Amino acid sequence: MGDDRMDRETQSEAIHEAVEAMADRLAEEKEHLTDLDSAIGDADHGANMNRGFQAALERLEETDGDPAELVKTAGVALVSEVGGAAGPLYGGSLMKASQELEDGITAETTVAFAERYLETVEERGKASVGDKTMVDAITPAVHTYKKAVEVDDHDPLEALGKAVDAAERGVAFTTPIRAKKGRASYLGWRSVGHQDPGATSTLYLLEELLAVATEYLDGEVEVDAETEVDPEELEEPAVEEAAVDEENEEGA
Amino acid sequence: MVGIVVVSHSRQAADGIREIAQEMGGDARIEAVGGTEDGRIGTTPGPIREAIEAIGSEGGVVVLVDLGSAVMNAELAIEEAAVDEVAIADAPILEGALNAAVAATSPSATVESVREAAEDAADVSKV
Repeated sequence: MGDDRMDRETQSEAIHEAVEAMADRLAEEKEHLTDLDSAIGDADHGANMNRGFQAALERLEETDGDPAELVKTAGVALVSEVGGAAGPLYGGSLMKASQELEDGITAETTVAFAERYLETVEERGKASVGDKTMVDAITPAVHTYKKAVEVDDHDPLEALGKAVDAAERGVAFTTPIRAKKGRASYLGWRSVGHQDPGATSTLYLLEELLAVATEYLDGEVEVDAETEVDPEELEEPAVEEAAVDEENEEGA
Repeated sequence: MVGIVVVSHSRQAADGIREIAQEMGGDARIEAVGGTEDGRIGTTPGPIREAIEAIGSEGGVVVLVDLGSAVMNAELAIEEAAVDEVAIADAPILEGALNAAVAATSPSATVESVREAAEDAADVSKV
């Protein structure tokens, strides 16, 4: 577990920066996410996520507080501004999971945060692995993070790197399967062959989180936050060896 | 008195469903919520909560929903609303709203009886 070298103020600053990085990334990927969602959904995921994270960013700029409070504020903004299922799924889950960060950001609290986030998404969306949803990206990421921290005793930054790799494989896994939940499920077999937009945006958020975490934890991790999801490249981990210790943050 | 909240991705759909249900529902109170606050297709929990609270001040509430985010945002709204007696009906939105409106006019109507009436609509055969 972390020894709290990063004080609360720095943790809050890191959260601001992570949300900003996420908002920037979603603005960049807006068209791409909308294209993915046009193929199997209602073509609003790019615009909705962009709107939601811009709103989250604006609210955070007016908010000072503990990490838990900031994450909750971002969640509330998503819930009220998104207008699609991503509101309750991304925002509602951040709101619930933020409670786990009340003691600040440590390896222990981030594992609890990640598990609570996954649990809330599953409950709210009534989706499981294999339904071709964001759950297919979140589940392997959360399980990998937990195992890396608790079983393999990796430092949180290295664990997060592994979680991002796992999420990337999860995103690729959504392409060949048939949707059972969400708007794509209405298409039945026609949903096969298309990458899930929610799993994809989840990966973007995790990649940005890793980039910011790396910056704050002085890691020697090489991060390419712009990685496109190409199933053929999935054998190549995006993250090399990390040589860091310290607590860390984890999230959507 | 049990009231009904109709939640659709479309404001017009919600209004239209309320219009049809109200024809059979006498003086049953029906609120329609639809679209986002800036007029797009979608749902947000805020207006759903307001509708539930407006009706809930007079009695129980049964909520009819259309797709995906309407269900999730109605759940969020219920968690945040200061109303005890409220349930989402697992029913087709139009037929369910119609059944619920009729059931709500019964003097002995409860949230449970109105919800069950709405859910009976899932078995309605049309042809």
